[in-house]
Amino acid sequence: MSITRRHMLLLLPTAAIAWKHVLAGTPEASPNYKMSEHWWGMLIDLPKCIGCGNCVRACQAENDVPDGYFRTWVERYHVTDYDIENPHVDSPDGGKKGFPPAKEEGGKNFFVPKLCNHCADSPCTQVCPVGATFISPEGVVLVDKKYCLGCRYCVQACPYGCRFIHPKTKTAEKCTLCYHRITKGLTTACCESCPTGARQLADLKNPNDPIHEFMKTHSVQVLKPYMATHSKVFYNGLDGSVR
Amino acid sequence: MPGVEGFMYPNEVELQWSVLIVLYPFLTGLVAGAFILASLERVFQVQAVKPTYRLALLTALAFLLVAPLPLQLHLGHPERSYEMYLTPHRTSAMAMFGFVYLWYLMAVLLLEIWLDYRRDIVVLSQSTTGGTRWIYRVLTLGSSNISKHALEIDERVGWLATLIGIPSAFLLHGYVGFIFGSVKANPWWSSPLMPVVFLFSAMVSGIALVMLLYMLLTWSRREKIDMRCVDTVASYLFYTFIIDFSLEMLDLIHRIYEADESFRSLDFMVHTKLYMSHIVIQIMLGTVTPILLLALTQVLRLGEMTRKRIYAVAGCLTLIGIFAMRWNVVIGGQLFSKSFLGYTTYKMGLITREGLLVAIALTILPFVILWALVKLLPPWPEKNSGSLPNAAPAR
Repeated sequence: MSITRRHMLLLLPTAAIAWKHVLAGTPEASPNYKMSEHWWGMLIDLPKCIGCGNCVRACQAENDVPDGYFRTWVERYHVTDYDIENPHVDSPDGGKKGFPPAKEEGGKNFFVPKLCNHCADSPCTQVCPVGATFISPEGVVLVDKKYCLGCRYCVQACPYGCRFIHPKTKTAEKCTLCYHRITKGLTTACCESCPTGARQLADLKNPNDPIHEFMKTHSVQVLKPYMATHSKVFYNGLDGSVR
Repeated sequence: MPGVEGFMYPNEVELQWSVLIVLYPFLTGLVAGAFILASLERVFQVQAVKPTYRLALLTALAFLLVAPLPLQLHLGHPERSYEMYLTPHRTSAMAMFGFVYLWYLMAVLLLEIWLDYRRDIVVLSQSTTGGTRWIYRVLTLGSSNISKHALEIDERVGWLATLIGIPSAFLLHGYVGFIFGSVKANPWWSSPLMPVVFLFSAMVSGIALVMLLYMLLTWSRREKIDMRCVDTVASYLFYTFIIDFSLEMLDLIHRIYEADESFRSLDFMVHTKLYMSHIVIQIMLGTVTPILLLALTQVLRLGEMTRKRIYAVAGCLTLIGIFAMRWNVVIGGQLFSKSFLGYTTYKMGLITREGLLVAIALTILPFVILWALVKLLPPWPEKNSGSLPNAAPAR
């Protein structure tokens, strides 16, 4: 059978699409990754956080987070000795560019990085009307952007303010715990970029993960424990004033 | 940051639910309230409110048809909303909206209206001409039997539809309240009282609207307003309003007395950003004033004209007050930070998709639909035109 001009016209676009896929490369294979073997969380060692904002910048670069919105951010607390219930908090541009010198004198200053708590009983996944946001088998709260209605109920339901609506896709956005990285055996962008090791990815199902030893020997707390969301972001040295 | 006082979590600065989400519970509330007023006559045999029966049903339908529009316009992806029917998430309070809505529209309201109007529709399909005739022919759904026996069956099935309709109306609006009341992250919303408060405020707004519409339409038709009817409707409005206000005050007193960690933040908000809409418009102007006005009509022997004027003013203030209540719930619940350390500001657009003009259009639209429905299915006997021979008298 000879190839006619008509055949060529049909074949060329198909070949172009196929070639585009070849050029894009195939995703990195992760044959050894089994979802059932992991239960992801994060440990944040607050005394180590210096408020440099590296984590925020790394997250924005890695996940293409639009300006003005945050998958992770850093807050600076200033608490005077006697007024623990009224801390002064700031987070200029989510702490992305670090922090200006503190104005207040006396009391104490400290930084608190925040991100999605990947709650085991997450209120955000509970309220999604179509199940577009869900908990993966290894405990990561994710959003299916092709399915999300953009109703914003999940944003309202998150007690920690971790969700937002992406201004372009009009769907719910949040920290994915760099799912595309951790399933390839890498750590998250924020953990990798932290110069002091204040943020550490933790696999709670892995008995050899250092988090187990750390939890045994330190006073570890989660944010807003009264919300009973079974948060999996654990804070060492969390001050009672932190909201 | 402009519009922000204190500290907000960075993603909280932008409000998620706009004035359209204020309209949604307002419109569904009017539906539920109007229907419950209609059921007073049908199920509870309150003969005095008969003149409002059909008007209340048509009002409920007109507002129910518009109720999902603000939600659709608000969605980031309205084209995906059908997924709520195909793959509803069983743990989501919102997922049931489509089903509750359809149930109420198809199984209750349309059925009841059709059964109640069937005789008139059949008569009109024979007495009218041209395109109108075809509309009525379609509306008969092929059922032209208006024998005594058939009408008795209509009556029985209609009664049953109303009976099912009452808990359905409670479900429709109680459920809207649950959407807010079940958000544990938000202390302004999170309350088991929320569905009950929503339900009673719905009844209040629906009764007030039908009362106003009845007076307005009767006046515009140069007919005499049935004062026995309006007095009865107004007394129901008064009693329901007292229950509604008591529930809201119970919620308020409970919050003040308990004074949990969110109290200082919410208290500050009510005294600053929400002062006008909550204290002045909702409580003083939209609740206390109409209750006092209605109380006057219950206590004093007032003349007919005075009562009419009081009902008109009280009805309008009630609707303003209930709208303010929805505003304070929806918008107020987003003005403070979940850190309880700061406040943001709601900036309503003018001609944006979720802006003021769209909200106004969506508020006017049910009245346009109601106008068409009243033209198509007159809720009163047409004495002069003769277009409806042997029509059933207004219920």
